[in-house]
Amino acid sequence: MSMTDDISISELDDLILLIKQVHGFDFSSYTKASLKRRVLRIMQLKKLAFWDLKNVLVNDPLFFQEFLDEITVNVTEMFRDPTFYKALNTQVLPYLATFQHIKVWSAGCSSGEEAYSLAMLMQEAGLKDKSFIYGTDINAEMLAQAKRGIYTLRNIKSYAENYKQTGLPGTLTDHFTIMYDAGAVHNELKRNTLFSVHNLISDSVFNEFQMICCRNVFIYFESSLQDKILEVFYNSLCNLGFLCLGSKETIRSEYYRKRLKVVNSRENIYQKIG
Amino acid sequence: MDSDNYENLLKRLSAAEVVILGGSAGSFTPIFNIIKMLPQTYNKAIVIVIHRGKNNFSDIENLFGDNCRILVSEITDKDKITGGHVYIAPANYHTLFEKRKTFALDVSEQVWYSKPSIDVTFESAADAYGDKCAAILLSGANQDGASGLLKLRNKGALTIVQRPTDAEIGIMPQAAVDINAGEFILTSSEILKLISASSTETQSS
Repeated sequence: MSMTDDISISELDDLILLIKQVHGFDFSSYTKASLKRRVLRIMQLKKLAFWDLKNVLVNDPLFFQEFLDEITVNVTEMFRDPTFYKALNTQVLPYLATFQHIKVWSAGCSSGEEAYSLAMLMQEAGLKDKSFIYGTDINAEMLAQAKRGIYTLRNIKSYAENYKQTGLPGTLTDHFTIMYDAGAVHNELKRNTLFSVHNLISDSVFNEFQMICCRNVFIYFESSLQDKILEVFYNSLCNLGFLCLGSKETIRSEYYRKRLKVVNSRENIYQKIG
Repeated sequence: MDSDNYENLLKRLSAAEVVILGGSAGSFTPIFNIIKMLPQTYNKAIVIVIHRGKNNFSDIENLFGDNCRILVSEITDKDKITGGHVYIAPANYHTLFEKRKTFALDVSEQVWYSKPSIDVTFESAADAYGDKCAAILLSGANQDGASGLLKLRNKGALTIVQRPTDAEIGIMPQAAVDINAGEFILTSSEILKLISASSTETQSS
């Protein structure tokens, strides 16, 4: 059997059941098509056939963390979708400015690019001193990177293109200390951020926020699980707080559609109303 | 192509629930010509995966929508797939099919430096639709789409490749021809005629 062999959906179901039994982690409401791609990717990276993978998942207690780190998609950018940040700047920040404190939750923050983008946005709007950004993810490895706040020059260059399109003053590199082939996010921005492990599926509300950004995370979950997490977000928002989803994601639950007013339909920005 | 072969091809296409058009550089015009010609009553779902830049707001869906009779929209995560609708894969996401006839988007790594990747969409269509799917790979300058097309062919789907010499840039269709992923190799005008024939058949049935 070659390492890159395909797996069937019923084999994937087997794997999901096995993981639930052995590790108590439930992937059953994950989108199957993308989960399958992640599993095939792990098999390829680790050079494991399907039966090998099942074997190490049962017999190697340390492997599961590695598996979990790889299953989660860690592709992110600073200022991903520049029009989203433009909309935040014009439609949301003026409103947030009226709050005493602005606590922002970047949920599923991966290596921290979105959290730092939000911190930079707050700084440019003169709201840095009363804002605080919490970044959470289930992937501890990515959170360690987020805390370091160091990104490769190659990535920073591509993020700088996004930044230019947001219409914010200056350039992205104004927020970095560049050395050799990497750049570190300025310390004053890092002081306003905190990164910690949080599992959207099993953990509950941990604070009250004025804004929650959870972009391109819902796409990995089936609708029933999306609704469950929406409940956590809804309960974590202060009244009139803002919820931001990815531009290609949408709230399908009637219950929450009544309770979240659309602020910007293209960028999927909502406000909690009653 | 002899007439028996053509009849068989037409029958296979008519049996498909979903038709996926994939392409990159040089594929816009042939795809646009196909969509423009489709009647409002066309009964299949059409999915278009064209390589585009990540912050590309060229609004293909508006351009198509304004010039077509059939319903055209960009895909939103978990959209239901219905016939008589043209779906366009959004920039900076991969588009996958779920078993319950819905789309699922994905932001994972680029494939062949591309997001959306045609391979990713074809592969998931092989799982979700198998022989209820037809896929057409057109002009392009890299190898994306070929291996996904082969997976579709192995699952019994109808696979068509634009004749490389007919394509504006032949690298993409040639890659599919090289691994024998295309059951039929046709020019863009043959493809247009074929889909046109299948759409009138749809109307009369």
